[in-house]
Amino acid sequence: MTLMRDRTLLIIFALFVLAAPLIFAPTGAAYPDLLQRFAIYGIFAIGFNILFGLTGYLSFGHAAFLGIGSYSAVWMFKLLTMNIVPALLLSVLLAGLFSLLIGYVSLRRSGIYFSILTLALAQMSYNLAYSVLTPLTNGETGLQLRLDDPRILDAAGAVGTLPSTNLFGLEMKAVFWNPTIFGYDLQFNWGYYVTAAMLILSFWISIRIFRSPFGMMLRAVKTNQTRLNYTGINSRPYTLAAFVISGMFAGLAGGLLASMDPLAGAERMQWTVGGEVVLMVVLGGMGTLIGPILGAVFIKYFENIFSKINDTVLQGWFSFMPGWLDDFFVTIVSPFVGRGWGLTLGALFMIVVIFLPGGLVYGAKRIGSLLTGAKRREAKVEAM
Amino acid sequence: MGILEVQNVNKRFGGLQALNNVNFSVEEGSVHALIGPNGAGKSTFLNCLIGKLKPDTGSVMFDGQAVLGKKPHEINQLGVSRVFQTPEIFSDLTVFENVMIPCFAHRDGSFKVNAFAKVMKDKEIRQKAEDILEDMGMKDKIKRHSGSLSRGDKRRLEMAMCLVQEPKLLLLDEPTAGMARADTNNTIDLLKHIGETRKITKVIIEHDMHVVFSLATTISVLAQGAIIAEGLPQEIKGHPKVREAYLGEAEV
Repeated sequence: MTLMRDRTLLIIFALFVLAAPLIFAPTGAAYPDLLQRFAIYGIFAIGFNILFGLTGYLSFGHAAFLGIGSYSAVWMFKLLTMNIVPALLLSVLLAGLFSLLIGYVSLRRSGIYFSILTLALAQMSYNLAYSVLTPLTNGETGLQLRLDDPRILDAAGAVGTLPSTNLFGLEMKAVFWNPTIFGYDLQFNWGYYVTAAMLILSFWISIRIFRSPFGMMLRAVKTNQTRLNYTGINSRPYTLAAFVISGMFAGLAGGLLASMDPLAGAERMQWTVGGEVVLMVVLGGMGTLIGPILGAVFIKYFENIFSKINDTVLQGWFSFMPGWLDDFFVTIVSPFVGRGWGLTLGALFMIVVIFLPGGLVYGAKRIGSLLTGAKRREAKVEAM
Repeated sequence: MGILEVQNVNKRFGGLQALNNVNFSVEEGSVHALIGPNGAGKSTFLNCLIGKLKPDTGSVMFDGQAVLGKKPHEINQLGVSRVFQTPEIFSDLTVFENVMIPCFAHRDGSFKVNAFAKVMKDKEIRQKAEDILEDMGMKDKIKRHSGSLSRGDKRRLEMAMCLVQEPKLLLLDEPTAGMARADTNNTIDLLKHIGETRKITKVIIEHDMHVVFSLATTISVLAQGAIIAEGLPQEIKGHPKVREAYLGEAEV
């Protein structure tokens, strides 16, 4: 029965993702750049959930794998071709190898010591990218495309313009359909649909892992590692495999970020990025299938909305008030928006963790059971 | 030659000689009880058997293979299962999943990446798990969240998890510690039931004389880190050294 439900879930999810440019239109989020970010961070969070949600090992270092994915993709664009396929392959491969190394070292410990080790290793990678590895990463400026890059597989393009990323000729930036539906001006571009396909694929992989014996062992690691060891299971390779899988998802996300916008900077490897993915998973519901994606969309959406609000917008909001009160409210609210939107995120995060300890998915379930409970009561009344 | 042979095992913690030249042999098919007063070294001894502690000297052979230096999961794969003092189960998982995990461990070994197989489509594993739960009288609780079970059911579940692996040796660490008399009797009945249907060698570490004399075929007495007596239950009952060390002046 669960298998049937999984298939239904996957189909509904796929339809929702494919129709996202239409669905998000009323929220003002339906432009390609933001939709792509939803999908990419959704992939990042899905992968992270396989480690954190299933085994309970909390890594703060996954930003390093995101960064490595981006750097490898941009190098492929510079050296080989602007086609995103080799770029994504190299992103996933290198992130996988690197996570094998970091995972091997940090999984020697568990709990807080594991978290600190991943944090330290990721911060080391960040600093390396900033300083010693400048020939590879272009340091502070970030790695960018140049006109004189070799790109040995690509034919010479128009003189004086940078080529754009593509999938066998389909340009990522290109908008292939630009209709007006229900008065909303919609944009359907290739880039979003490439990331959407990857998101659906990632979601499918995640479902399969959740329902597999492998996934069951990972959940067993989280609930009682002692019992698992005395049951004849060697937990170390299981956690390492989960770590590498999540690292590869992070690499894919990093590669996709670079495919949509071909530049890579060290700030992508900073630990705050790794912390953000933790927030996404916790906020959405750790250990659930759909939760991490909800969390990613939630955070990226609010980041987008709140960071756009500035004092002028606020003046507009409060302009109905007398001047002194208007100024007062603007002063109070302004630290929470624009650049300070992180404050709002922190507050939202606290609200969710305190009132919905299982995340947004748990909240939705509670509302759902309230509704069906109400229906059942109605049915009882009718029967009487 | 017994299935489990322990020879000249010593373990010292700082100034304390926790185990002093312990020799211990378990016959295949027997129910061997290890008793002793608090601090006699019973838990240390057990931890040496299952790979949690490494003795300073001595050898432990199980089924013809050296056990010392092996990790807990390797020892389990040789055919040794362990029941803990407080039931150790996967309390976030369902009863069914709790029993399926040892099934997989038994069939597929200590590590296998089968990330694309489906648990629920594995008929062999499901059947085995259902059978053992049926046998342990827990079929009706198969979908229950195991953390919400009563203590007695948790104990039952833990036994099911061990038995489903068809172990050659079952180690029980004070299976009735802290139980009320009625629960203790239930556990004794459960162990007797297991003994009737399966020929599994058992080593029971126990405090409760009632449990020991209801189940054991052989008894060893450990006091101050050394085995002071070994024999049939009725021999141990009357053994003067045992009375002195363990039973004090009390009548059994």
